[in-house]
Amino acid sequence: MQPLAAPIHGELSKRLDLLVISELVEPGSRVLDVGCGDGELLTLLAETRGVEGRGIELSQAGVNQCLARGLSVIQGDADTDLVDYPDDSFDYVILSQTIQATMHPRRVLSEMLRIGRRVIVSFPNFGHWTVRTSLGFRGRMPVTENLPYSWYDTPNIHFCTIRDFVQLCRDVEAEIERAVTLNAGGTRMTLNAPWWFWNLFGQQAVFLLSHPDTPKRSG
Amino acid sequence: MASYRHTIDGAGQARSEADTPSSRVMRFGLDQPLRLDSGQLIAPLQIGYQTYGMLNADRSNAILVCHALTGDQHVASDNPVTGKPGWWETVVGPGKPIDTNRFFVICSNVVGGCMGSTGPASTNPETGEPYGLALPLITIPDMVRAQAMLVDALGIDQLFCVAGGSMGGMQVLQWAVAYPERVFTALPIATGPRHSSQNIAFHEVGRQAIMADPDWLAGRYLAEGTSPRKGLAVARMAAHITYMSDEGLHRKFGRNLQDRDRVAFGFDADFQIESYLRHQGLTFVERFDANSYLYVTRAMDYFDIAADYGGRLANAFMGSKTRFCIVSFTSDWLFPTVESKTVVRALNASGASVSFVEIETDRGHDAFLLDEPVLFASIRGFLSSAAAARWK
Repeated sequence: MQPLAAPIHGELSKRLDLLVISELVEPGSRVLDVGCGDGELLTLLAETRGVEGRGIELSQAGVNQCLARGLSVIQGDADTDLVDYPDDSFDYVILSQTIQATMHPRRVLSEMLRIGRRVIVSFPNFGHWTVRTSLGFRGRMPVTENLPYSWYDTPNIHFCTIRDFVQLCRDVEAEIERAVTLNAGGTRMTLNAPWWFWNLFGQQAVFLLSHPDTPKRSG
Repeated sequence: MASYRHTIDGAGQARSEADTPSSRVMRFGLDQPLRLDSGQLIAPLQIGYQTYGMLNADRSNAILVCHALTGDQHVASDNPVTGKPGWWETVVGPGKPIDTNRFFVICSNVVGGCMGSTGPASTNPETGEPYGLALPLITIPDMVRAQAMLVDALGIDQLFCVAGGSMGGMQVLQWAVAYPERVFTALPIATGPRHSSQNIAFHEVGRQAIMADPDWLAGRYLAEGTSPRKGLAVARMAAHITYMSDEGLHRKFGRNLQDRDRVAFGFDADFQIESYLRHQGLTFVERFDANSYLYVTRAMDYFDIAADYGGRLANAFMGSKTRFCIVSFTSDWLFPTVESKTVVRALNASGASVSFVEIETDRGHDAFLLDEPVLFASIRGFLSSAAAARWK
């Protein structure tokens, strides 16, 4: 069994990615973390935002770690098990560093938008300049510290760039409420830059989405 | 000859357990009848039970363990009939996942059983003879109602946990549905929200085997001094196959021959698996009452939580504050993972707190009784985090 949340980048930037996500979540809300791993994000959200959290995780080890942390987590698969959840049953459905490992990213995103009033997706940007360099100049699929798998054994079967993801959001009629990118050093890129800039220099992206009939949040 | 004598002694011991169990007994008089789903009453009522550990001052640390089809109250101490260790000593005991140093564990024999709770082998006070088929049919909710009477009598308001596998898991789910405010956590293992058509079919084979035995005597064998041993043994053999998996059987027995180099061209037990099943059948009849087998299998067949809630399982759990941890095993084809997932889905739909673990093993349904470290870790993690929430 492959872990759903593949470890694709370093410890420091991972924590920052989770911090960015947690800042997007309103306190006291109901949250579903899809591919919750060992429950790090759910624990963070419970401690800092007082959320009522639930998780889905594919790996046995991850589920047991979550149980020991007192989290309510279901062993399951993002591709098949989201259909079991009723409409609008969560305030936020989060997919952290997992969309690229799903079999049907578009279907998963649509299901998340159905289940949650808001959706948060974070993913590694395949349009980052280091990836382009590897492919463009070396002619090889990138294998880096952040993307450590060879093409033939990677669980990350559906990489996308930030621009690809923006297009997917349009295709499923999701509204982008906020987008945050982190550069290679894990620093937030707060510049009001155009998409092409983010797509080249953002190593990770975090998107806050909603479906069109979700009321805009105040403030 | 020695084994024959042992058989008689074992059966004699099993027989005496029905009325005078080697465990604690709670008795309810004519003024406290057990009201059955069938509309009938059982009074007086007797419940044989065991406890382990100490009840704390505010009576909040009790865990009720529910046993499976052929289990009993001897969950963590030697069985008085077989002399073998308790059926869940891997899980229940000092320092075990259900830690009796910390929790007060209660396990009672189900109503309809034959180990000290009122069942078909118990003496009918009206006739002075064993009830036999004069006992009304029992359901899983009836079993749980009787347990609630016991828990009341012990002065316990809320159980910290109700736990059990297989039919025990059905009782766990029933507890959570019938008494949600009395169940802080629920741990149903290798079970489902209803008995499937295939499972009813296997049970029917077992019951027909018992009733086809000429010594069954329309259920009056105890009064007549006979015993439908062959029928009950066949029932057990058929059922036992469903507790294992094809892969597990192959790993354990393969096509190995029993005490011989080649097949004997006859109907003796040539294969190890045959010998094993015959042994399972023979040892079972020494400890279990055939009519009890009919009653308890029937109770499982009738189980269908959703049926009482307009066919929607989620409605049964609506508003539940209970924390659930549901466990299934990959090779369990009696209660396959999909049955557990039905419950998980319903709990999700009702907004309840639920965790779910599917444990990889080739040991089939019986895995919940065996040495499964992932199961132990799951139970430990779930209970300790729930305890932290309960006594924070």
